[in-house]
Amino acid sequence: MKSSRFARKIFCLVLLAGISMTASAQMMINGAGATFPYPIYSKWFDEYAKVDPSVRFNYQSIGSGGGQKQILAQTVDFGASDGPMSDDNLAKAPGKLLHIPTVAGADVVAYNLPGNPALKFDADTIAGIFLGQIKKWNDPKITALNPGVTLPDQEIVVVHRSDGSGTTYIWTDYLSKISPDWKTKVGTNTSVNWPTGIGGKGNEGVAGQIKQTPGGLGYVELIYAVQNKMPYGEVKNSTGNFVKPSIESITAALATADIPDDFRFSITNAPGADAYPIAGATWLLVYQQQKDAAKGSKLVEFLKWAAKDGEKMAKDLQYAPLPESLQQRVLKRIDEIKMR
Amino acid sequence: MDAISGPAIAAAEPQSARRVMTPPSRFGDRAFEWLTLAMAMAVVVLVILLGWELCRGSSPAIRKFGFHFLTTSTWDPVAEQFGALPFIYGTLVSSLIALLLAVPLSIATAAYLTELAPLWIRQPLVSLIEMLAAIPSVILGLWGIFVMIPWLRDYPFPLLKRVFGWTPFFTGPIYGTSMLAGGIIIAIMILPIITSVSREILRSVPNLQREAAYALGATRWEVTRIAVLSYAKKGLFGAVILGLGRALGETMAVTMVIGNTPQIAASLFKPGYTLASVIANEFTEATTDLYLQALFEIGLVLLGTTILANLLAQALLQTMSTTSTTRAVQ
Repeated sequence: MKSSRFARKIFCLVLLAGISMTASAQMMINGAGATFPYPIYSKWFDEYAKVDPSVRFNYQSIGSGGGQKQILAQTVDFGASDGPMSDDNLAKAPGKLLHIPTVAGADVVAYNLPGNPALKFDADTIAGIFLGQIKKWNDPKITALNPGVTLPDQEIVVVHRSDGSGTTYIWTDYLSKISPDWKTKVGTNTSVNWPTGIGGKGNEGVAGQIKQTPGGLGYVELIYAVQNKMPYGEVKNSTGNFVKPSIESITAALATADIPDDFRFSITNAPGADAYPIAGATWLLVYQQQKDAAKGSKLVEFLKWAAKDGEKMAKDLQYAPLPESLQQRVLKRIDEIKMR
Repeated sequence: MDAISGPAIAAAEPQSARRVMTPPSRFGDRAFEWLTLAMAMAVVVLVILLGWELCRGSSPAIRKFGFHFLTTSTWDPVAEQFGALPFIYGTLVSSLIALLLAVPLSIATAAYLTELAPLWIRQPLVSLIEMLAAIPSVILGLWGIFVMIPWLRDYPFPLLKRVFGWTPFFTGPIYGTSMLAGGIIIAIMILPIITSVSREILRSVPNLQREAAYALGATRWEVTRIAVLSYAKKGLFGAVILGLGRALGETMAVTMVIGNTPQIAASLFKPGYTLASVIANEFTEATTDLYLQALFEIGLVLLGTTILANLLAQALLQTMSTTSTTRAVQ
């Protein structure tokens, strides 16, 4: 059989590759978790291979839930999550888990209207729309915010994420902060019991749905809206300014938000005058006590490199880097990691 | 999967040779028998292990929600209230729509390809249909969002609403993403498998059948109907069950067009949700234990639904074949 000979060849090749890999004896550091920062993490790992060729990173973007589970089960050397871990989950950890914030992103209000006018939203309108209380585009609450724009007498078709995601976590975290109604009826999570709207899978599903539905409105990651040239609105922040989502306005939110010592913070509705209110960070999860000293010290070296040099790459990939003050605090935290 | 293909394969070869009752004398024979037995048992063991693992993973949720899990409609990960009814409903309804659309189309295609089509056109058509089966689910889903949904929303759906708007099934606003769109995309996905299997079954109908019917002066339509389709009924039913199995578990493409809203609505224009979709959507980011266990239980329910649908179909097949024999005897 021709095919069996082919299969044997492939098998030999795989075997050979396996042998050569073990022969080079590189250290492998395994991580798993959030999908949102995957592009920048893989860039970091690539770049870091040039800095320290003796260590290689294997990161699987299986989702924040998976990242938290795997670091709790100690099947990976570091986890990654788009939301801070809950007290319940932290209590399950066999040792002290540190949250290391890396970069931040934002959710934008994207929409599809004839002519795609530039629109402004505030907390009341966004909450009203997602609670199903504001149903039409020409609702007085929306028109009052947008004088000079004629809005059609059309139904707002709300689109949200159907898959659990950090994007939804940021969105619902914002809504819970600004609307008591939302907080009691729906709450904050990676997926929730939506009062209204249709669900799209992934950023591409939501974006596709909005683009295809006249009168559609939903939330997508800033990067995604920029890359797909979707129109998105300005949002009124806690100081009353209308702010356009951008890398600068996200970093402004990071700089002004109240950040507790354990780094389990939320930067939605931050108090800064230039802060965009619907933003969130993403975290790496590492144990303070590293079991494997060799691996642990390499991991620490990488984390320091990421916090200093890695941050500079964030903007090119449309992520917001941490502000200087927070960066210093993060470096100090990394120093607290101990080897056994 | 194998629980599904079982009847189809058995039906495809109705006169499969029974094992000759001579004692196996040679070692090779016996070894072959044991080997095939081991392979067959491996499948059984796999299904049992799968079921057991799902039961284990979901047991705290089963204990907490009990039977209510199957009868309530709230799916709230924040409050940790979980009910699977809208997902069960969505899975069954979308699969039913898919079967209603795909079965007549597939069997007609298969009949055309084996009985009527000129020879030169058969092979290209067969290859095209088989190519349809090779399109990845996620590609079909993207095509669904960007091409099918806008088209459905602008043309066929308004027409359906105008003509059948008086029934509860075609009422309400039209978004495009809907239970009906989910059913249509599943229909497209199960079409090639039902067509291919049906074609093989129709091809295995002995020519003697056709010739006998022609000899009695039957027209081409009568030959196809009486001598071919009727003869192959059991096998065709097996093909449909195979399609149903795929339809129940279809995930990616459906998720992208069905709207992912856990609700039970009579109108097919309303968005829905399926069991497979909710697992694919929420499993990766589920952080609390009860939430994960509830998703495991959804998997168990999906397995149960698939098995139940198969058993039901087999029972139907059984009654169908007994009534047809009695009719033949009379």
